Amino acid sequence: MPRIKEKIIETGLALAAVVTVLTTIGIIWVLFSQTIDFFSEVSIVDFLTDTQWTPLFADKHFGILPLVAGTFLTTTIAIIVALPIGLTIAVYLNEYAPKSFRKIVKPLLEILAAVPTVVYGFFALSVVTPFLQNIIPGMAGFNALSAGIVMGIMIIPLITSLSEDALFAVPKSLREASYGMGSTRLQTAFKVMVPAASSGIIVSVILGISRAVGETMIVAIAAGQQPRLTLNPLVPIETITTYIVQVSTGDVAHGSLEYRTIFAAGMALFVFTFILNNISYWVKKKFQEKYE
Amino acid sequence: MNKLEARNVNVFYGPNQVIKDVSISIKKNTVTAFIGPSGCGKSTFLRLFNRMNDYIDIFKMEGRIEIDGSDIYDKQIRVEELRKQIGMVFQKPNPFPKTIYENVIYGLRIQGIKDKKILDEVVEKSLKQAALWEEVKDKLKNSALALSGGQQQRLCIARTLAVAPTVILMDEPASALDPISSAKVEELIYELKSQYTIVIVTHNMQQAGRVSDTTAFFYMGELVEHDSTKMIFTNPKNERTQNYITGRFG
Repeated sequence: MPRIKEKIIETGLALAAVVTVLTTIGIIWVLFSQTIDFFSEVSIVDFLTDTQWTPLFADKHFGILPLVAGTFLTTTIAIIVALPIGLTIAVYLNEYAPKSFRKIVKPLLEILAAVPTVVYGFFALSVVTPFLQNIIPGMAGFNALSAGIVMGIMIIPLITSLSEDALFAVPKSLREASYGMGSTRLQTAFKVMVPAASSGIIVSVILGISRAVGETMIVAIAAGQQPRLTLNPLVPIETITTYIVQVSTGDVAHGSLEYRTIFAAGMALFVFTFILNNISYWVKKKFQEKYE
Repeated sequence: MNKLEARNVNVFYGPNQVIKDVSISIKKNTVTAFIGPSGCGKSTFLRLFNRMNDYIDIFKMEGRIEIDGSDIYDKQIRVEELRKQIGMVFQKPNPFPKTIYENVIYGLRIQGIKDKKILDEVVEKSLKQAALWEEVKDKLKNSALALSGGQQQRLCIARTLAVAPTVILMDEPASALDPISSAKVEELIYELKSQYTIVIVTHNMQQAGRVSDTTAFFYMGELVEHDSTKMIFTNPKNERTQNYITGRFG
């Protein structure tokens, strides 16, 4: 009797695993087939080289570059904000902070990670943008800068948490060696601990980039919906994700070419994050053996 | 004047007293071995001399420790300066995940020395002193982690020598090494004696007998006996010392 029970449980667990795999395959299948349909009508060269993205206008252009530029811009700003702050917090928590302080700050950071992104987007639009407009006159109401900054704030917990794990994994003996040579805490942190944890820190940054590239709500709310091939952070732009939202929520006819553009855009996004995740996996694997 | 001097030192970890009223004098350019069973406080006591216990939250010390007559726990003392003077070699080899070259000059780098000529000289001199030069001179730019355990430990010694300390503390420096590497490290200690004051913690009684001039036997946080190594091993005054060195416990 217990044998049969075991079997049922086993089958149930296997099914659960199969469901996730099937879902993934399904998503990729839809993405691929629609993308292929899209490219049967639009040349892939135009898609990659045209500098205008106007599929919803009468004069249609299907160049993904403006959307990529928008994504690149907001992501870069986000990382410029998140990396120094996130890493500083990680170093502080690992090297300086008393245990009691660490116990308070870590859960607080995790709360930051739990804030819904729509709230971040609203925060960017209604708090950060007006604040920045006071400092930078002429800045547009929708812009890459405030969306990027707020996205950076959103990514801080991710970078802090992963970097701190990486720092924590550095053998204590290295810290002792450094102190024993007459290093200050700061020298120990940045000349020994951070370099020794660099692979983990790089992974945290890549995953942060991956998160920023795929982030949707913040940019959809605060960065605008104007595909524009620019690196100017003060004007409205559009990211790949925002475009997908715009079309998905709009009244584009199902099955039309306009409709298929979102799959092509989604494919581009998928390729980016797939590459980034693979790089992080590779970095992790390549440098992990170091202490073993 | 004695190089190192501890006077009536007590150490507490929270409510536990781990060092009980220890006083000891260590002469310049000698090798002193701290022996005793595990948990007797010998490592803790060693680490008082370069203030490595400072990072333990519940650590508390009473008494006075002097180097060349000045109190190292004085508030005026900068602990980083102290540690340039008192180097330390640890139980497990702990080279940085950098090149051999960068490992040796780490201490100089953090002091802001950039002159390539000085750095090159120090690398060669320190590695020669640590009897490692011949083995690594052609691969200074290779990772230190690719060296064998024994080579890594000698590299750590070279790294310590590079900042020109006057005292070297060694916490069981050969215990993680194979017998041949261990013998090399011992030989090295013997040679370094002419220029440095060395204090070595060891579990290995033969090693203490071979390398040290004086030996201090610790038991349960107390310094039971400190005398010339010859006396400790042939004619200990205290019964507990005798029991320990003859292998009756520990």
